[in-house]
Amino acid sequence: MAIKTESFILNIGPQHPSTHGVFRLRLILDGEVITDLEPVFGYLHRGIEKLAEGRTYLQDIPFTDRLDYLGSMTNNHAYVMAVEKLAGITVPERAEYIRVILDELQRIASHLAGLGFFLNDLGALQTPLLYMFREREKIVELFDMCSGQRLNYNYYRFGGFVQDLPEEFLPALKKLLDTLPGFIDEYEQLISTNEIVLIRTKGVGVLKRELAINSSAAGPVLRASGVNWDIRRNDPYSIYDRFEFDIPTAQNGDTYDRYMVRIREMRQSVRILRQAVKDLPEGEIMGKAPKLLKPPAGEVYSRIEGPKGELGFYLVSDGTDKPYRWRVRPPCLLNLSALKDMVVGWKVADLMAIFGSIDIVMGEVDR
Amino acid sequence: MSDFWVHLLVYLVILFGFVIVSVLLFIWLERRFIGRFQLRPGPNRAGPFGLLQPIADAIKVLIKEDIIPTESDKGVFWLAPLVAFVPVMLMFAAIPFADGAMLVDLNIGILYILAVSSVTVIGIFMAGWSSNSKYSLLGAMRTIAQEVSYEIPLVLSILGVVMLTGSLSMNEIVKAQSVPFVLLQPLGFFVYLSAAMAEINRTPFDLLEAESEIIAGFHTEYSGMKFGLFYLMEYAEVLAISAIATTLFLGGWQGPLLHPVIWFITKVLIIFMFIIWVRATIPRLRIDQVMAFGWKFLLPLSLANLVITAFEILAAPDMNTAVLIGINIAVMFGLILLFSRFYKLGGGRVSVK
Repeated sequence: MAIKTESFILNIGPQHPSTHGVFRLRLILDGEVITDLEPVFGYLHRGIEKLAEGRTYLQDIPFTDRLDYLGSMTNNHAYVMAVEKLAGITVPERAEYIRVILDELQRIASHLAGLGFFLNDLGALQTPLLYMFREREKIVELFDMCSGQRLNYNYYRFGGFVQDLPEEFLPALKKLLDTLPGFIDEYEQLISTNEIVLIRTKGVGVLKRELAINSSAAGPVLRASGVNWDIRRNDPYSIYDRFEFDIPTAQNGDTYDRYMVRIREMRQSVRILRQAVKDLPEGEIMGKAPKLLKPPAGEVYSRIEGPKGELGFYLVSDGTDKPYRWRVRPPCLLNLSALKDMVVGWKVADLMAIFGSIDIVMGEVDR
Repeated sequence: MSDFWVHLLVYLVILFGFVIVSVLLFIWLERRFIGRFQLRPGPNRAGPFGLLQPIADAIKVLIKEDIIPTESDKGVFWLAPLVAFVPVMLMFAAIPFADGAMLVDLNIGILYILAVSSVTVIGIFMAGWSSNSKYSLLGAMRTIAQEVSYEIPLVLSILGVVMLTGSLSMNEIVKAQSVPFVLLQPLGFFVYLSAAMAEINRTPFDLLEAESEIIAGFHTEYSGMKFGLFYLMEYAEVLAISAIATTLFLGGWQGPLLHPVIWFITKVLIIFMFIIWVRATIPRLRIDQVMAFGWKFLLPLSLANLVITAFEILAAPDMNTAVLIGINIAVMFGLILLFSRFYKLGGGRVSVK
């Protein structure tokens, strides 16, 4: 006699330890196997894009902090750059260097948090997470020195920065740069060759190259699928064309590759940071920008390579002091779009691994 | 009152006290040590070195609201923690703390422990099923799959010890260990510890509660005292398997100079430390990988261990112990390496229409 089985619905979230914020996944399960999946967004929707249209350009900077709150510096940079492009503001040399330094520090900090949570989702009882937070803490302290904030930095301004780096910043940064590669080695020893991590991640949740491109995936998720695409190299902004660095890619597009690409990206960020610290010039920190900015009518799309991928801002100006249209192109949302293809056929436990390896922050997905 | 009743009463009090105190100590140790592993202080505010922390935890659990979900099967929901907890306490009846210092020296001691310990699975399944929550249901399904499967390599790994001793009595097994059996049965010890950690759902086999996946598995819906009982059960199980491993493989209460009870507790603590260490270090396996590990890796190894032990007893009864130890350790490493080459976990993906 054949035993009949019945599939059932399981709601993961909106509140769940592994949904990285408020996110709901409606799974159809056959035992432990996921046969269908429907992501339900919107539980964190705050209408930031609409709110931003009611405020001046300057007042909108804090909104960008609150998108991907683990990558506030890069968010600031992307937005500020878009406005500068729209209003034709030039940025002094020193400020550009500092922007690169802060962006790369933010990339490392974001990857550390992302990888830590990913390993937590694999069931690693917080040990790797807390190791990674040890280094993230040092970066956060650096950010605290220059901006006075630990999460939503709000440090960038149109044309430069709100203030120059404090004296103690560079020595602390140099000290951190000396120790960081050693700490990355330590994570690798703990994790990269761990038998259980390998069997839980290798070949799991493969995102094929074509699908990655078609679904507009970006950042480490895209590069893990074998696409050599990095805005810092392919559409250089700021002064990234002056630095030597490699774009890490992987071929399989599985969960392990996404992990590995991030680890290797952190090493490259350290490389960029070393060059930037060495060449950092003295001089002005702020370009010429009016107090109340009124960019000429027009539109602009400006993008940067954030820690999680291409982060773009599309702004339309009608010549007033407020943006007519304010739109974000978030990497997290688009990286999520191929989730179903990656997850169906795998088990509930793999869902957490795959979801964690995409590294999303829901603040950016829902906006 | 006859001697029997005095004996029973005294030992019941000792056992209960021992289990409760040890569990509190374990909880404290685990939190402190995992704190160290994770580069953080761990609880250190309540009392010296945070020693009052487990007591604070216990009080907090006891005064929490006891919630029973409306749609649950209330009778079963209520009974489940008891069904899970009582067998764990019963296991301690046959564990010798010193020569003959036990509630009852059963001549089928180890068989009794194995039989009683299996009942816990029913309690866990009752909890998962009666909660009427899908996370609990998944936890319960995993329970049945995992715990029932690992029972087999667990029992087989213990059989090697029984063959060497020729007795099922826990006291006799300890007395028979002129050399701790971990040296004569290293493979058996390895299989026992792996299978036992799966039985009591400790990392990397902690799929029954798998916090990052199914919230808390079978006890998702439990709160207050009922949750407390499950918590107590889990740590009492750790205590039990550490005590059994000590008795069967580490020479039990035997040791020079110190009091036997101190030796016994020290060895139990060593096993417990190892379990904490594993918990702090490695991530969790997936359910099919856990099952594959049990059936394809531990089961053949435990069978091989039986055959090798039988061969050693029959063919070389008078062999020098040192040589035997060498051979056994070499055989263990050889077989583990060999089997890890042969066995495949399987991809884990199922094609879905």
